[in-house]
This record gives sequence, C-alpha cells and structure tokens, in this order.
Amino acid sequence: MERRAYYRNKLLPWLLIAPQLLLVLVFFYWPTAQALYWAFTLEQPWGGGNAFVGFDNFTAIFSDSRYWGTVLRSAFYAVVATGLSMAMALTLALFVDRGLKGTKLFQSVFVWPYAIAAPAAGVAFRFMFSPQAGLIGTINQVWPGIWDPSTVGWQALLMVIVAHAWLGIGYNFVFFLAALQMIPRSVIEAGAMDGARPFRRMLDLQLPLIAPTTFFLLIMNLISSFTDSFGLIDTLTEGGPNDATVVMVYKIYFDGFKGLDYSGAAAQSIVLMLLVISLTFIQFKWVEKKIHYA
Amino acid sequence: MAAISIRGVKKRYNPKALVIHGVDVEIEKGEFVVILGPSGCGKSTLLRMIAGLEEISEGEIAIAGRVVNDLEPRERGCAMVFQNYALYPHMTVRQNIGYSLKVSGVPKAERDMRVVNVARIVALEPYLDRRPAELSGGQRQRVAMARAMVRSPEVFLFDEPLSNLDAKLRVAMRAEIRKLHRDLGVTSVFVTHDQNEAMTLADKLIIMNAGRVEQIGPPAEVYHRPASRFVADFIGSPAMNLLEGQFDDHGQFVHGTGGRLVVEQLNGVRRPGLRAVLGVRPEDVRRTEPHAPGAVSGTVDYIEELGSARVIHADVAGSRLVAVDASGVSLAPGAQVHLSVASGVLHLFSLESGQRIEQTH
Repeated sequence: MERRAYYRNKLLPWLLIAPQLLLVLVFFYWPTAQALYWAFTLEQPWGGGNAFVGFDNFTAIFSDSRYWGTVLRSAFYAVVATGLSMAMALTLALFVDRGLKGTKLFQSVFVWPYAIAAPAAGVAFRFMFSPQAGLIGTINQVWPGIWDPSTVGWQALLMVIVAHAWLGIGYNFVFFLAALQMIPRSVIEAGAMDGARPFRRMLDLQLPLIAPTTFFLLIMNLISSFTDSFGLIDTLTEGGPNDATVVMVYKIYFDGFKGLDYSGAAAQSIVLMLLVISLTFIQFKWVEKKIHYA
Repeated sequence: MAAISIRGVKKRYNPKALVIHGVDVEIEKGEFVVILGPSGCGKSTLLRMIAGLEEISEGEIAIAGRVVNDLEPRERGCAMVFQNYALYPHMTVRQNIGYSLKVSGVPKAERDMRVVNVARIVALEPYLDRRPAELSGGQRQRVAMARAMVRSPEVFLFDEPLSNLDAKLRVAMRAEIRKLHRDLGVTSVFVTHDQNEAMTLADKLIIMNAGRVEQIGPPAEVYHRPASRFVADFIGSPAMNLLEGQFDDHGQFVHGTGGRLVVEQLNGVRRPGLRAVLGVRPEDVRRTEPHAPGAVSGTVDYIEELGSARVIHADVAGSRLVAVDASGVSLAPGAQVHLSVASGVLHLFSLESGQRIEQTH
C-alpha cells in the first residue's frame, strides 16, 4: 500500500525541499545550463557576445583524432582501473568472509583508503612511484631507466590507473563483503557437504549470488573512473608525459582552463555527461528487473 | 561394526565454554537415530561435528570404522538436510539435486538419469526446471531430501528439517521420511526439539540436555523408564507430574504441605526418611470416588479442553497434580476433585542427582 503525507498548506512542502532544491539548482542545473549554452555557441573573436553555432563545436571535437585518442584512453583507463579495483576488493572480501584470523580488524582497515581524497592519494603515489626514491629507486639503480613515469607514457598511465584502483578498493570491499555475508551460511555449508572445495564454492555459489552487487559496483566504478580521475591525474602527471595520461575529464579541464576554449570544453562536458547518464540509466534498468532470490 | 561411533566427543568454542561435555554413542548400520533435546543443548553441534562442519575439540568420531576427525565434509560420505533447506537459489531443482554429482565429475548423461530417478521418488519430477523460489515449503523440503539422496550416501544427517513447515505438512513429511528410510535403509541421524517427531521417527532416541546425553534407548523405553528427572519431564505431553517429598514411617510419600500418597508399588525402595522425586504421568492419574482406596482430594485450578479428553490441573496439598480425564463430566475451577494414581506406573528419582531410582518388584 502506498502511504503519502498530504499538506493543507501549499507552500510548506516547497519550503521543506527548498534547501536541497537550491543545492541541486546551483551546483547541477546551473552549471549544466552554462555548459549547454557554451557547447552550442562560440565567443566572437573580437568580443561582442556569443554566436549560436549549432553542432559546430561537436563536429569539431568529433573530427579531432586527438579527441578520439582521449576517448580510447579513457575507456582503457576505466576498464583496467575498474577490473583491477574490483578484483582486488573481491579477493580481500572473500578472505575476510571466510572468517580467518583478524577478520574484524581487516574489515575496517580495508575501508580506510576510501576516506582519502584523490589529490592526497595522488601526492602519496607520486612519492611511492618516484623513480629516485624508495623501492623503485633501488630497482632503478640496478637497471637504470627501467621505471620513469615522467618520461615513459605507458608507465605514467599505469601509475595513475593503479592509484585509482587502490582508492576504490575500500568502497568495493565494503559492498562485496556485505553481499557475501548476505548469503546464508547454510548454503555454503550445503556446498561443502555436496563436495565442493572453497574455490569451487566461490565460482558456483558465491559469485552468482552476489551478481547484482557486482553489476552495481561495475557501473559505479566505470562512472567513477570517467569522472573522479581528475584529482589523481592533476597531482600525479598533469596529463603528461606527452598527453599519455590525458583522459576525457582531464582534457575538458585542460582545453577549457589552460587552452581557454570554453566552447570546445563545454561540448566535451556534454559528451561525458551523456556517457555517465547512459551508464546510470543501464544501472536503473537493471535494478528494476533485478533477480530476487527468495 | 557400528555405522557411526562417537567416543568421548567434546566441543568447546573457547577454553572456558564447554558446550558438549563428552558424548559416547554407537549408531548401528541402518538405524534411524533421533537426537532430541531443548534448544541450546548441543544437539545440532553434535550433528555438525559428524558432518564435518564443526571441529571436534576432543574425542573421536568414526564413520564405518574410519576415524573422520580430520576429514573434510566431502570425504565423510554423509549427506545433510538443513533446517532452512539451504537450496541454491540461483539453480533449478535439477541443478540443485545434481550439484554434488557435477562436482564429483559424474558424466552429464548419468547425472541426469540419477537426478530424474531421485526426483521420481520424492514426487518432484514435474518441478525439475523450476527454481526454489517458485516452490512451496514442502516441495523445497523434498528438493533438500533429493539432494541428499542422489549421492547414495552412507549416512543421512537431518538438522531439524521439518521445523519450518506447518503442522499438517510436518506430519505428512514425517511419514515420508520414515517411509524413505524403510525403503533405502540408510543410517540416519535426525536432530529435533519436537518430541512427537522424535518418538514417531526414532529406532533409537538420544536425549540431550546442556551438552550431556541423558538417555539413549528406543522411544518406548525412554517413555516408560525415563533415566532421569529431566527426561521424565521432557518426554510426554502433558508433562509428567513430579512431586518432591519424602517417605514417612508408614512408607507413605509425603509431599507439598503434608499431602500423603499410598505408594505400595515402591515397596523395595521406600525407606522411611528417604527424600526423592516421585513421578507419575497425567494419564495414570484418574478421577475417582471420594472414598476409593488411595484417593487424594484436591481443588481444580483450571481445565484444558482437548476435545477427546480434558486435562485437569489440580492443587493437592500444595502440590500440582495433573490428570487426564476422559469421563466428560464438567468441572469448574475451584471444584473439589478426588484423584487416584494407577498402580505400577510410579517413577522415582533422586532429589540430588535427578537419576532414576530403580524399583524392585
């Protein structure tokens, strides 16, 4: 049965939702409207306001091979970072779920990385992956030049992806562990009685039963790797070397605020926004018809 | 050779908390053994130790002559039916039943054949392609049974498998389990807290209380010769009357605020001054005429109507005496009743240890 509250006063409900509405308007709809305005207009060369140019800005970015390079790099970044982060988190969650010694401690320890802001983690990883210091420094002394993310493109990208994956482990871990612990213990025990060893039980019982959570995390991680990578990249590599770590969100920032091409950056924002919206849409569609195991 | 030998088995979860205090039981091949006890008595823990789902802290368990303490569940040759069925929710009935065969690498054709055979026995054939969520409680129960049967195990373990079913279905499933056991003849260990279930199913009853075995024996023996005050109280409904008191110089049993019972049956053991617990089942207490020999009078506290009979709860000289009366005469609370105890049906237990005091006739 649906329960609803009814207000006699027509104004009161609006007042009650006003604070939240204000936040959404100021920080979402207004910037989005601005981005739309810039995406379909172009500032005239010698001032005098913006001229409407239709889809010209979009045609411009879509015909730019460097933009497509960024899109491909973003997709690669998203897939690898998501895969790495989820695989690590799932492994940790499986071990914690088995109730080995120290489970209680690890339950909280594994979540901590999530509490670290991306730029802070970026600075930390900058030190960890520094070619001159620490473990990598020693390796570089033995084989000079084997690791230098400041000049080798793929190493820089790898560094950013690893940092991103590491940041997400805590979040993924909590969801995976919760999902695993929702599985009745007796189902796993029945598997043991049926002769399945732990690894087989994981494949046949645990993974299928946490599939809804896995799908949710997959979408959330993909979205996050498209949008949250800015803080890491800006502190770790600033897009370099030679654009090797420029992903979509970083290119928006760079073209807009460094290149002062507001219209091009706005058009890219709209593309990224549509991408995230479509991922979210898939997520909601899935949630609607999610299989409920009674 | 016993199918299952349990020798000096103890279970402790930490050094201080002993939950099973040393159990010794021999279970013969083909026997249907029911472990009965109140919740928290350790009966499920004992079953799970046989299954290999719980570690054995001390002592040993042997299945078919082989000590299984250090064997994994899959190596013990047991199949288990869980209380909440524990079916695999994402698999069809066919996959649920066949999972153990699949794990052990039985070829698909043979697997399918065995699954269908077992499904036929428990009348599940029409439902093979459904998932557990699409089945009723009784059908899920049968899937759990079929899943246990398909491997042709040496031992069936049942962990309160009927407690999630409604009363009528429970009785039906009980009969089905009994029939299956008769047909298959597989050694079975069944855990329950329901005494009706235990009495009707068991070849041999094991009564447990607080981590200890109170009595082992066939249901009738446990009922008619309870080994301890606990068993006497636990088995039978309504519960046995248990009166604390002592024998006077005339050999009468003095209880409550001075009530006396004539207990000639206890000739051999009624030493004057002996303090003990006297037990008599409500169905052995009858309403009688005021002046009948051995009659005691009491006041009716309340009446439980059972339809076929009524249970009279009476206060007799400060002691509660419960009687089953089928006479159909209506009695109101507060009325006087006269009760007498049938001869030859008295039980006597030590006041200190609760152990049965054997009678000589």
